[in-house]
Amino acid sequence: MEKHVVVIYPHPDDESFGAAGTITKFRKQGVPVTYLCGTLGEMGRNMGNPTFANRETLPDIRKEELIAACKELDMDLRMLGYRDKTVEFEDRQQIAGHVKGILEEIEPSLVITHYPGYAVHPDHNAMGAAAVEAVRQMDEAKRPVVWAQAISNNYYDELGKPDINNDVTDVINEKMAAIMSHKSQANGVLAQFHDNQSTATDISEIAKRSMGKERFFIWDY
Amino acid sequence: MKPIEMDAVQQHLDRLKDKEVYIHLETTNGAYASHVNEKAYTVGAYIRNAKVKFSQAKLVGNGQSYRAGLKMEIGWIYAEGLTDWTIHDHQLLLAGHDREGRLMVALELSETPFRQ
Repeated sequence: MEKHVVVIYPHPDDESFGAAGTITKFRKQGVPVTYLCGTLGEMGRNMGNPTFANRETLPDIRKEELIAACKELDMDLRMLGYRDKTVEFEDRQQIAGHVKGILEEIEPSLVITHYPGYAVHPDHNAMGAAAVEAVRQMDEAKRPVVWAQAISNNYYDELGKPDINNDVTDVINEKMAAIMSHKSQANGVLAQFHDNQSTATDISEIAKRSMGKERFFIWDY
Repeated sequence: MKPIEMDAVQQHLDRLKDKEVYIHLETTNGAYASHVNEKAYTVGAYIRNAKVKFSQAKLVGNGQSYRAGLKMEIGWIYAEGLTDWTIHDHQLLLAGHDREGRLMVALELSETPFRQ
């Protein structure tokens, strides 16, 4: 059994879309989970549908949604305070040092993050790279295992079969509840998976089809 | 935000003429554009808290979608596709949303810096 799991992604909602099922399963085993969330998603494009957020109110709204999702998933939350769409322009070593300090304090047995170079959004790639680097810099005896999540369309061809294939269909309702905590984002992001959906039933069907599996590569140090 | 009311927005633009103002100008089609549709290009640009002064500002449009042009001493600021507006914390926010309510373009003006 894991001792403590730390999830490191850049945006409020990455944890719900990416790993909510895996997180739920760990929590059901009694494993503590902490989310290090890089930004407040300040530059998100989804403003709710119909729109209820604007560019200046979005960070506050997404912060509340993030807190609600973490409550739904019963995990601790640390906000790292970077800005959406700028993570890749920050000093990589500085972010790695920041993350390393928190990991040394928590002493997790497992870290979940994005697979650098295969995570589509520049913030995902940069946050994943900083997380991988943070763990690399840790004392080898205390290094947690790293699960890296690839999202890009080419990852299977280039990286092969993921090492971890978590079937999370049995906790899809918990995952959907976490996703729906992100009210400003949920429908807009789900709509990307399907261009002709209008009812809630459709959305949960889409969720089951496209989000019933959570896959990770074990990072090879 | 609410659909652009031309006269009200124009009044706010006029009020900011010849003052030093902070600007947020942005356009984006989302970081996932080419991930979701391989034929699409992912594009986006933003500038936040540029300090500018304009001598003329005009909002032009057809009742649905609007363009704003701000004339500076040695240049221009321009935004197209604006659909909605609001005043938030004394800041003039203009934005263009697509059918799903996603932000495509934003032009915001403020006498005080936008928060980082």
